[in-house]
Amino acid sequence: MSTELPEPASKIELKPGVGGGGEIPQFNITLRVRRYLPETTADAYWEDFELTMYGTDRVLDALHKVKWDHDGSLSFRRSCAHGVCGSDAMRINGRNRLACKTLLKDLDHSKPITVEAIKGLPLEKDLIVDMEPFFQSYREIMPFLINKGHEPSAERYQSAEDHATFEDTTKCILCAACTSSCPVFWTDGQYFGPAAIVNAHRFIFDSRDDAGDMRLEVLNDKEGVWRCRTTFNCTEACPRGIQVTKAIAEVKQAILARSI
Amino acid sequence: MSKASSGTLYRGHEGMWSWVGHRVTGVVIFLFLLVHVLDTSLVRVSPGAYDAVMSTYKNPLMALGETALVAAIVFHAFNGLRLILVDFWKSGTKYHRQMLWGVLALWVITMVAFSIRHLSIAFGGH
Repeated sequence: MSTELPEPASKIELKPGVGGGGEIPQFNITLRVRRYLPETTADAYWEDFELTMYGTDRVLDALHKVKWDHDGSLSFRRSCAHGVCGSDAMRINGRNRLACKTLLKDLDHSKPITVEAIKGLPLEKDLIVDMEPFFQSYREIMPFLINKGHEPSAERYQSAEDHATFEDTTKCILCAACTSSCPVFWTDGQYFGPAAIVNAHRFIFDSRDDAGDMRLEVLNDKEGVWRCRTTFNCTEACPRGIQVTKAIAEVKQAILARSI
Repeated sequence: MSKASSGTLYRGHEGMWSWVGHRVTGVVIFLFLLVHVLDTSLVRVSPGAYDAVMSTYKNPLMALGETALVAAIVFHAFNGLRLILVDFWKSGTKYHRQMLWGVLALWVITMVAFSIRHLSIAFGGH
């Protein structure tokens, strides 16, 4: 940039303090993190951090503050930090949330804010778990388009009505908040889990896909959809607002309809 | 799972706690059925033995126990119907919460009616 133009004067007169120009409120919080450092200690333990945060901060900002200013050994995953990559799913105040989408101002500051790794997957360090069992189930449901017809010269046509049948399940970001909120998954690691079923649903009900039957066959397993006990933890945990339990119920109904 | 993974209890909503209730009542009913099959089969051993066991049940403590058992069965039955609707009724997943309140309302009505009759017979001495 060669020259910097001065900002043109606003045409709207605002009273001082109006229009969001005011100071951002500050508050003190206690962040209680479940630490696990396999190199030094055998057991996990709680560690408290006293922090001064802003009203615009999220739990992820508090974790950054700890890592950057207090204790560099704190480990957690995050990539985009804006609710798209699905890396920072964790248990915040006992419920699965994305740290980057949970505003501190929405939480109760009179009590410590607890942050733990997600449940049911092998813990590696602090807030990091081994996601491999989760992705193993995901791969098994063949999360890609399988089409037996000829390659079309233009796009594969789909009506808006057909798309609407699976629109909800296309929103998944594979953060594992749903699967690791499922009481069945905690105790039965063989269960496919909500996320794999959601992604199967996305292709089963896609009119352009020809392998719906194969996926229904995979999910008709005893560790498939029938393990679902409709606790609705997954629906409540999903940071994308996917109606997960509804999607699982639709797959159950599709399996039954197919066998009749 | 290693000890390292334990932390706080997961804070679920109505869906999770109704599932916990369904599990607990299910196990309670199963244990009752186990005893129930045994004591009923005593009649094959000898009617006298059966009558002797039955007479030990006729005390206030058992009357309260029976009320708790019926409470467990009634909840399990109504919630079971709700779960079938959640799975197979098109709008089931949308109204699961309202259906749970319905289950609990039916449960309270049934239990109030049952308790009045059962406990008045058990403690009324008729």
